[in-house]
Amino acid sequence: MSSINPDQAAAERLAGLRDDAARPGPDITSGDDGSLVEDPAVRPPLVLNNRSFGEVTDIVCGYAESEPPKWWLGAITVTSMIAAIGTGMILYLIITGVGVWGLNNQVDWAWDITNFVFWIGIGHAGTLISAILCLLKQPWRTAVNRSAEAMTIFAVVCAGIFPGIHVGRVWFAWMLFPIPNYNAIWPNFRSPLLWDVFAVSTYATVSLLFWYMGMIPDLATLRDRAHLRILRGQERRFTLPLPIGKPIAIPLIPTADRVATFVYGFLALGWRFSSRHWHRYEAAYLILAGISTPLVLSVHSIVSFDFATSILPGWHTTIFPPYFVAGAVFGGFAMVLFLLIPLREVLPNFKDLLTLRHLENMAKILLLTGTMVGFAYGMEFFIAWYGGNEYEWYAFIGNRADPSTAPYWWAYWTMISCNVLSPQVFWFRAMRQNPLVIWIVGLLVTIGMWFERFVIIVTSLHRAFLPGEWHMFFPTWVDILTFVGSCGIFMTLFLLFIKFLPTFAMAEVKAVMPQADPHGPGDDHTHRPSGEGY
Amino acid sequence: MASPIAIAGEYLPFMPRSKPRFVTESGVRVHGMIAEFGSAHELVHACEKLRDAGYRKWDAHAPFPVHGMEEHMGIKRTILPVVSFFAAIGGVVAALAMQYWMNAVDYQFVVQGKDLWAWEAYIPITFELGILFCAFATLLGMLALNGLPRFHHPLFNSERFLSVSNDGLMIAVEADDEHFDPEATRVLLEQAGGTDVDLVEDPEDA
Repeated sequence: MSSINPDQAAAERLAGLRDDAARPGPDITSGDDGSLVEDPAVRPPLVLNNRSFGEVTDIVCGYAESEPPKWWLGAITVTSMIAAIGTGMILYLIITGVGVWGLNNQVDWAWDITNFVFWIGIGHAGTLISAILCLLKQPWRTAVNRSAEAMTIFAVVCAGIFPGIHVGRVWFAWMLFPIPNYNAIWPNFRSPLLWDVFAVSTYATVSLLFWYMGMIPDLATLRDRAHLRILRGQERRFTLPLPIGKPIAIPLIPTADRVATFVYGFLALGWRFSSRHWHRYEAAYLILAGISTPLVLSVHSIVSFDFATSILPGWHTTIFPPYFVAGAVFGGFAMVLFLLIPLREVLPNFKDLLTLRHLENMAKILLLTGTMVGFAYGMEFFIAWYGGNEYEWYAFIGNRADPSTAPYWWAYWTMISCNVLSPQVFWFRAMRQNPLVIWIVGLLVTIGMWFERFVIIVTSLHRAFLPGEWHMFFPTWVDILTFVGSCGIFMTLFLLFIKFLPTFAMAEVKAVMPQADPHGPGDDHTHRPSGEGY
Repeated sequence: MASPIAIAGEYLPFMPRSKPRFVTESGVRVHGMIAEFGSAHELVHACEKLRDAGYRKWDAHAPFPVHGMEEHMGIKRTILPVVSFFAAIGGVVAALAMQYWMNAVDYQFVVQGKDLWAWEAYIPITFELGILFCAFATLLGMLALNGLPRFHHPLFNSERFLSVSNDGLMIAVEADDEHFDPEATRVLLEQAGGTDVDLVEDPEDA
C-alpha cells in the first residue's frame, strides 16, 4: 500500500518542496502503483507521478502527434483487412439476398440481430461513464470517458449495419424512417421495431454530439500545439511509415502540422478556453449528461421491447428492459477493459492516467452488473415456474438449460459461466487489482454477452409451439465472416481514434488534478456570494 | 450590450469597424492586455480584484474549467437550461404531432382494433425525439451563446496566449472596456499577481 498521502505530495510539489527529478516511478514489484489507497481519509490520486498540466498535455497529445508505432501499423493492417472482408460479405449479401445466411422459416432472426444487440449493448458503457458517472460526481471517469465514448460511437456504427442489411431489400431500408413516399403510406408508430429505429438513431446522434462536445477543448489543444510548432519553425512533415527502418519524409505536399492546424482548428470551432465559455460549456455538459442518462436506459429497454412485446415463450417477459440494460452496461464495461488494458501496456505513460484504481472500480462495476444479470437469469426461471405456463417452462428448461433435450445447451452454459461465474472472482481484492485477470474476465464477458443474445434469439425461435415447426439454425460462412468483419470495422475505427484524436479528455483530467483546485492548502477563501458585479 | 453592427464587425473582417480606443506607437489597434498567473489559486483571486474594480469586458482563460469561477468573475448564470428545456418540449410536441397526423389522420392505421388516438404507444418515440431536440439545442445553444464558431480572434495573435490550451492561466482585459487604461490596468494586473503583462495587438489588415 502507498505510504505517502498523495494529496500531501501534490501540495508539497506545488510549494516547491519536492524535487521533480527525484520523482518515484510506479512500484511495479508490489503490484501497486500508489492508487490503491485503502484509507478512506486519503483521496487516491487520479493522475500518478505528480504529473503537471503540461505533462498531461504532452502525454495525451503525444499519442496523436508522434509517428505511428510499429504495433499500430501492424494492428491496423490486420484489422482493416478483416473490415474489408466484412464489407465484402455485406456486398455479397446485398447482391445475392439474405439466403446467403443460415436463416430458415423458423429462425428468421439469428446472427444478424444477435450481432445488432451485442454491438448496441457494448455502446452503453460509454454513455454510462460519461453521463451517469458525471451526475454521480465520480471523478475517476475522466480517465476512461473519452475512449469509452469513442467505443460507443464505433459500436453503434457496427450495430447499425445489421438491421439495415437484414431487411432483405436493402435499397428499401429508408422506409424505416417516416419519409414521404409514392405510396402515400406512413410507418406504423405502434411497432416496437419502429421505436427501435428512433431509439438507436437518437442514441447514435446524441452520443456523437456528446463525444464531440467533450472533444472541442482537446482538439483546440492539438490545434494550438501544431500552430506553435509552425510558429517556432519545428514543422513536422508527413512521413511514409515503413515496417523496417526510419519513416521517409514526403516532400512537396503541405506539412503535417499545417494540415493538423486546419483540421483540428476547424473541428475546435475557435475554442479559446475562456472562463465565460467554460461556464456555458459545463452547463451544457451537465444537461447532456442529464438527458443521456434516461436515454441510455431507454435505448436498451426499447431494444428489449422488440422481443418482450411478442408472445413468444422466452421473449415475453417483463424483466427484459432492466435485464437488457444491466447486460448492456456489463458488456460495455467488459469491452472497455478489454481494449484499454492492452493500451496501458503499449502506450507510454498511459498508466499514469489510467491507474489500477480505475481498473479496480470498473472491475467492481463488472461484478455488480454481472450479478444483476445473473439475478435476471434466475428470475426468468422462477417466473417460468411460478407463472405455470408449460411452454415458457419448456423454453427455459427444455430448449436452453437441459443438455438432454436442448440442442443449444452448450450456448446456454457458456453464457452462464462467462457472465455469471467469471466476474465472481472480483470478490477478491487481489483479482480486482490484477490487470491480466481483469482483461481475461473482460474477454470472457464479451464472449458471454454475445452468447446471451444468441441464446435469447435462436433458442426461443428454433422451436415453436408445434414440434413440426422445430428447426435448427446453422450459421453459414457468410454469417460468420460478417460478424468477424464487424469486429474488424470496430477495431479499425478504434485504432484510428487512438492515433488521431485525443485519447483522454485532457481538460477534464486536468480539472480533477490537485493543482486545479483554486482553494488549495492554506487558503482561507470560502464561497460567498459577492454583492458587486454579481 | 454592443450593437448588432459592432458584433457583426467582429465576426466579418471586411465590415467597417469602430475606431480603436487605443493604438500602439506604430498605430496598430490594441485588442487588450493579457497577464499570466502561476496557479489556479492566484487566478481566482485576481479575478475577484478585476470583478470588484468594475471591469466588464475581460475574461479568464484556463485549460480546464476552474471550480467556482462564475462566482469569482461575477458571471451571471447562463440561460442555456431554458433553451434546452423549450427545445425538449418542442421535440415532444413535434413527435406527438407527427405520429398522430401520420397514423391517425393522413394514413389511418388501425392496430389491434385500438383507437386511432391510442397515445400510449407513441410515448417511446416522443421521448426519443424530445431528447434529440434537446441535445441539438444544448450543443448549438452553447456554441451560439459563446459566439462560436469563431475561427479568428485577436487573442490568437499572441503566441504566449496559445499556452492556455496547455497549462497557462491567463486573464485578458479588452481595450473596449470603459475602465481599461494601458497603465492602470497593467498596475492592477501586476498587483493581483499577474506576470508577463503584455498588450495584445489587433492588426486591421491581418
